[in-house]
Amino acid sequence: MDKLVLETLARDVWSLTLQHIWIVFVAAASATVLGVLLGIAGTRSPAVRRYSIGFANITQTIPSLAMFGFLIPIPLIGGIGPRVAILSLILYALLPILRNTITGILSVEPAVRESAVAMGMTDRQLLRYVELPLAAPTILAGIRTATVATIGTATIAAAIGAGGLGVLIFRGLASVDTLQILAGAVPAALLALLADGGMALLERRFRVER
Amino acid sequence: MAFLSFRHVVCRRGDRNVLEDVSFDVDEGETLVLLGRSGSGKTTALRLVNRLIEYDSGEILFEGNDLRSLDPIALRRRIGYVIQEVGLLPHWTIAQNVALVPMLQRWPREKTEQRVRELLKQVSLPPEEYSERHPRELSGGQRQRIGVARALAGNPSLLLFDEPFGALDPVTRRDMQRQFLQLREQYRTPAVFVTHDVVEAMALGTRIGVLDGGRLELIAPPEEFTGASTPVARAFLDTLPGRSLRN
Repeated sequence: MDKLVLETLARDVWSLTLQHIWIVFVAAASATVLGVLLGIAGTRSPAVRRYSIGFANITQTIPSLAMFGFLIPIPLIGGIGPRVAILSLILYALLPILRNTITGILSVEPAVRESAVAMGMTDRQLLRYVELPLAAPTILAGIRTATVATIGTATIAAAIGAGGLGVLIFRGLASVDTLQILAGAVPAALLALLADGGMALLERRFRVER
Repeated sequence: MAFLSFRHVVCRRGDRNVLEDVSFDVDEGETLVLLGRSGSGKTTALRLVNRLIEYDSGEILFEGNDLRSLDPIALRRRIGYVIQEVGLLPHWTIAQNVALVPMLQRWPREKTEQRVRELLKQVSLPPEEYSERHPRELSGGQRQRIGVARALAGNPSLLLFDEPFGALDPVTRRDMQRQFLQLREQYRTPAVFVTHDVVEAMALGTRIGVLDGGRLELIAPPEEFTGASTPVARAFLDTLPGRSLRN
């Protein structure tokens, strides 16, 4: 194969990988902030818990291409480009983070919570000194699941012009060019493995033996 | 005036009265033991005091003030609380666990560290050896000693104990009871102590209140309690060692 073609492809892979990482980072970080805050609110109010989990559950059932379709015509947030892609990636990533935050906090041993409250911790102190540190491994596990899934789903975002490694996959599909498909798929898979391994390490650091 | 008073306290859960018209006083330096079977309302009575639950009618006075007029957070920091499961924070060291209330009260570091060392010595766990350990590295009895040290750390005005030694083996339990009496000698902090163990009640209580079905059946010092004729008190006294199961 032509050297020039390969060089161009390599440059594309590099810049699209960076773009991919950026999309995933923005989406996962936003979903983390949103999911953890909503999760904390959910542990304080059963109504918030029920509705937020219900909402996040429904978003999971919408196929990603259909989700892009739904969001594009919405004014302000819609349109072609990374904005819609990132928004729908946030919606997908929300459920595991939200659910794990709630599970993690609610599974703090009742005696530990009770004694902390009885010794005079305010609700904020309870959250900061007891609930969040003890729930951290569970919350991180949720963020990890969400991030890995987002790296995969983000390839589809190229369909609405968001960029990322999906561009190579779609281009390869259109021109029946296996090399192009692999040039998109392999880095995406490597990114997923890397994110998974890195977050597993982080998770282990926070695990507390009982 | 009594340090803590219950006056005709009623507490409902659903349509059931968990406590019905309960009145008693706890004076300075006194240990009131609430003795009762499971479901008698003794734990409920205890949890009303630090406002983990609220009562429906009647009145509770803490140093003469209506309990409901006090800020619950500030109130709890003045009340030591020890429960059977201990509830130490698993991710904190022993020293951090003991220093919980001083930390919440923002004591200066020097003062806190000194207090923690002093308390660890008092509960017979040498600070050099135990300060930096975590709760999981301790035995059940040692953990409860830390539970007691934590309750005492903020110089509380009142102590609440909810079957603190119930999960310990008999030898360790005896040991803890002995230590309890020593600490009381030293601190003279008024205490309410919930148990279903009549031996423990007689050993530790300056007065014993018998709760049954949410009602206070009897309240008497141990000497009088031994001769009590009320049904639940009798039933408890019948469980004392030496009373035959066959009759």
